[in-house]
Amino acid sequence: MRIFDVLYYTWNALSRHRLRTILMLVAMMIGVAAIIVLTALGEGARRYVINEFASLGTNLIIVIPGKSETKGGSPSVFIGETPRDLTNDDAVTLLRIPGVRRIAPLVVGSVTVSWQGVERESPILGSSSSLLPLRHWKMASGQFLPDTDFDQAPPVCVIGSTIKRELFGTTNPVGQWLRIGDRRFRVIGILASEGRSIGMDVQDLVITPVAAAQSIFNTPSLFRILVEAKTRDVIPFVINDITDILKRRHQGEEDVTIITQDAILATFDKILSALTYAVAGIAAISLAVAGILIMNIMLVSISQRTAEIGLLKALGASQHKIIVLFLTEATMLASLGAVTGVLLGFIANAIIRHIYPAFPAGAPLWAAIGAAGIAMLTGLIFGAMPARRAAQLNPIEALAHK
Amino acid sequence: MIELKGVDREFIVGDQTVHALQDVNLTIARGEYLSIMGPSGSGKSTLLNVIGLLDRPTRGTYKLDNQEVTSLSDDELAVTRQNKIGFIFQFFQLLPRLTAQENVELPMLLAGIDPRERSEHARAVLASLDILDRASHRPDQLSGGQQQRVAIARATVMRPGVILADEPTGNLDRHSSREVVAILEQLNQQGMSLVIVTHDPEIGQRAARRIRMVDGCIERER
Ligand SMILES: Nc1ncnc2c1ncn2[C@@H]1O[C@H](COP(=O)(O)OP(=O)(O)OP(=O)(O)O)[C@@H](O)[C@H]1O
Ligand SMILES: [Mg+2]
Repeated sequence: MRIFDVLYYTWNALSRHRLRTILMLVAMMIGVAAIIVLTALGEGARRYVINEFASLGTNLIIVIPGKSETKGGSPSVFIGETPRDLTNDDAVTLLRIPGVRRIAPLVVGSVTVSWQGVERESPILGSSSSLLPLRHWKMASGQFLPDTDFDQAPPVCVIGSTIKRELFGTTNPVGQWLRIGDRRFRVIGILASEGRSIGMDVQDLVITPVAAAQSIFNTPSLFRILVEAKTRDVIPFVINDITDILKRRHQGEEDVTIITQDAILATFDKILSALTYAVAGIAAISLAVAGILIMNIMLVSISQRTAEIGLLKALGASQHKIIVLFLTEATMLASLGAVTGVLLGFIANAIIRHIYPAFPAGAPLWAAIGAAGIAMLTGLIFGAMPARRAAQLNPIEALAHK
Repeated sequence: MIELKGVDREFIVGDQTVHALQDVNLTIARGEYLSIMGPSGSGKSTLLNVIGLLDRPTRGTYKLDNQEVTSLSDDELAVTRQNKIGFIFQFFQLLPRLTAQENVELPMLLAGIDPRERSEHARAVLASLDILDRASHRPDQLSGGQQQRVAIARATVMRPGVILADEPTGNLDRHSSREVVAILEQLNQQGMSLVIVTHDPEIGQRAARRIRMVDGCIERER
């Protein structure tokens, strides 16, 4: 038999039973489309999270006071240990590490802020001028903190847009004196950026020089030190240097925790990828259901076409040829379902992207190829048993069948 | 060309054995014209199926063109059937979704013959049976006699040595029956052996060699 003839014969048989064929196609199609849409959503979630992290800053290293042992170890070791605070001096020394581009010390706290009798509770962030480029923030108006030494405390502040709206209303805050706790600070700029940073809404923030915040909260210590490395490749060396320097400064004790954004990102990446695979796997089960449907319908088809099978045998078709014919039928159905399913999946993705442009839904190529491949394999596997049954029919009984 | 010796065909039904054929000895020469008659259940169809390699004898030997065929595998039997045997059935057995020409081409399609050659050949055979004008019609658009002619075209398109017809006129009116028998006899005159199983004495009488079967045995032959 020639391939083209087999395809024509099969196509002829399928188009003869249009309703049955369409039902089977729909089952296959939905299975394939489900795989594609669900992996697209999974991938979208992964990309979304990664993008969010990337917007926190690039090549970021975060130094946290205290040692949190994440890789096992006996907790009793730490009993009685008081971690030394991180100080501005610590932060300044880190600037001397070769691979470091910029450093921003962080102090956070919450205090009442007021202007002309309007007051509210607001998170205060003490930092330095390098926080702006490090976090990729933008200014709406005015300027960011001046480039001073970390222990200088000029009475200036930068505010987020919510603070501006709630305290100043329509007045331009730049140049106004804002009361923070019991001190007065001149507003020199307004942040344009939105989004969240270390658990706080950027629009809610009041940012002051780090030394000023330290005196507001009456503490010499830092909440965190943000370090931006010059390139991704030097991050491990920078981490080593930070550890060494701080250990030396802290009387030989390794009492800080250093995390990199890469590590967090890798973890999220892993979790979300696993989620995507799991969801795709669940969708693949629906293909098995479609496969069973194909098997059922093939069995019905064979019992309805028993006389035809008997005739083919009388005309000299071997068992092998009959298997080829019926397996082609099952596989053709599955393939048509796969192709239409892939199309449907991509259309659904396009619609999702249209409705939620911020969510980067997109099916990876492996999902489309995998789904189509599984569909065809399903057709082959579930078509095999009916095809073999057809081939083994007794031709005399089959011909007498009506 | 066909040589059956001591052929038995038994069917086991429950704990009973049905002797559909008993000690059948039959030789059919190339180009012979043979009719098989006999009461219902006497084994006529079973004999035809054995000759046509659709069924295997329980005992005995069968030589087709001097080749012992009882020991052939299923696939070898299929190939032999494809090239040497043409079947004609009472209910025509045309595939309803295919056109007349496609039905005639079916054996050649299974044999993997080139489409152009197939089409030419099928049309030539349809023309010789005088139904070329119906080539693109489907079976349900044809009369019984026309359908049987298409079936005859299909049975002869591979130029088999023998045509086996099981009650080919059983489903036709008198006029169509005569037509169909005339065509079969014409093919016989062109050199194909012809074996007709029939209940119609008028048709049975026409054969040069007439066999009567009773209870699975060849009762007499004229
Ligand atoms: N597959 C089978 N299983 C059991 N018994 C069978 C089978 N095929 C045929 N027989 C029996 O073998 C005997 C011969 O059957 P066969 O069909 O050859 O008769 P026939 O002469 O063709 O009859 P008819 O004129 O009615 O077609 C019958 O008794 C029938 O019941
Ligand atoms: Mg019969």
